[in-house]
Amino acid sequence: MPDEPIIRVTGLVKKFGDFTAVDDVSFDVKKGEIFAFLGPNGAGKSTTIKMLTTVLVPNGGSIVLNGYDAAKDPAAVRRSFGIVFQDPSLDDELTAEENMEFHGVLYGVPAKLRKERIRELLEFVELWDRRKSLVKEFSGGMKRRLEIARGLLHHPAVIFLDEPTLGLDPQTRNHMWTYLQELNAKEGITVFFTTHYMEEAERIAQRIAIIDHGKIVAMGTAAELRERTGKGSLEDAFLALTGSVIREEEAGSIDRMRARGRMWQGRR
Amino acid sequence: MKTIYILWLRELKRYFRSRSRIIGSLGQPILFLLALGYGLGTVFQKAGEGSYFQFLAPGIIGMSIIFTAIFSGIQMIWDRQFGFLKETLVAPVNRLTIMIGRTLGGATVATLQGLLVFLIVLIPGFHPYNWMLVPVAVLFMLLVALLFAALGTAIASLLDDMQGFQLIMNFLVMPLFFLSGALFPIDGLPPVLAGIVRFDPLSYGIDSFRILLTGSGSFGIGVDFAVLAAATAAFLAIGSYLFSKIQI
Repeated sequence: MPDEPIIRVTGLVKKFGDFTAVDDVSFDVKKGEIFAFLGPNGAGKSTTIKMLTTVLVPNGGSIVLNGYDAAKDPAAVRRSFGIVFQDPSLDDELTAEENMEFHGVLYGVPAKLRKERIRELLEFVELWDRRKSLVKEFSGGMKRRLEIARGLLHHPAVIFLDEPTLGLDPQTRNHMWTYLQELNAKEGITVFFTTHYMEEAERIAQRIAIIDHGKIVAMGTAAELRERTGKGSLEDAFLALTGSVIREEEAGSIDRMRARGRMWQGRR
Repeated sequence: MKTIYILWLRELKRYFRSRSRIIGSLGQPILFLLALGYGLGTVFQKAGEGSYFQFLAPGIIGMSIIFTAIFSGIQMIWDRQFGFLKETLVAPVNRLTIMIGRTLGGATVATLQGLLVFLIVLIPGFHPYNWMLVPVAVLFMLLVALLFAALGTAIASLLDDMQGFQLIMNFLVMPLFFLSGALFPIDGLPPVLAGIVRFDPLSYGIDSFRILLTGSGSFGIGVDFAVLAAATAAFLAIGSYLFSKIQI
């Protein structure tokens, strides 16, 4: 089934109390595509990723990833993707190698293959020499690289990256994207990332969805988005589509609301 | 099985790597032992209860176990804040196995800590009345450790950050410890206090240590085991349920 999308999201809704963080979002991602979610702070990017990765349960709509329904078969969905979260998710008290090993065991990668891949991936992200170092001694860029290596260890069909380049220097950013693009071309792995850097979306993604206030306001290639708005750059197109109001204040209250939502959900 | 093992291993690695934590958590039991053991020893003896030090030692072992066990469960809040919890929650493994692996790891660490205190109290002269029963006592330590590690995980599943930590220390851990009969004999207490003590699962844990290490206790080892096993099963069930409900 070459035309079957690897991710199909239909009518996805997530509410935190009265606030609708994700409002009836639908989109498809093709197999082997590099797809970007572009949006201002608090637009619902991370909430969508959390639902796609089964850690947050939607209030409505469906997610089918790699042919599995996220609501019915979350374990199969989880085996199908790797994720690099927005904030680090490594164990600082373990070494780089131990973090990889832990991941490999959790994902049921057989011991021999695990060893091979850990070496291969750590060499690729240039951390093999530091494999015995505790992660707490690593810089932000090194941690990011390790997380990417870890996310790929079980050879997922899709890799999710939530604001992967936040706080990275241009060298590391470039290195990371080169690697992911190479992997995408060679292994056909689907790359799904969120960002609010225009140039990154434009340069890397084959298709972009612009999300704002929990809704997808436009979707297409960077060229199509520019064309549709009649603007010269993606940044202008983005501003034309999402308005120029600064979101910081709003994001603050949304974050608080989200925190409260999380708290109550945890208690239920 | 492998999942449980790797999570257990992680807890142990973290324990052995933080020597400051091991030493730091020995400070409190030693202080209690010295201050109370020697400070109240004479009064205790005059009251005709025998050696207070001999009486107190099992209580202090229980103290280090409950503190370490609850703390190891609550450490999950750090995992949540530092993000590592997400890594385990998106993995294609059953949450129950994650919960069991963590809890077993925390319980093992707490038991090791209890053993360490046991070795320390031997130095100033604590003597188990029958060395053959020490391994049995260690099994009971593990049971108590499991109970409170599961309780710690249950609590940590409800909390988002460390703000509530002080609350838990003051309103849960401290009362559990002080009202467990770790520091005083529980026979002949005023009825209200006696009732509370009977409600505290740690009382049965410390009673079992006392029976197995010094040969005298209050409830009987059969009752101790039954209550501890039932409470452990209950907290494991509650902890697993709450853990399975975590969303990020």
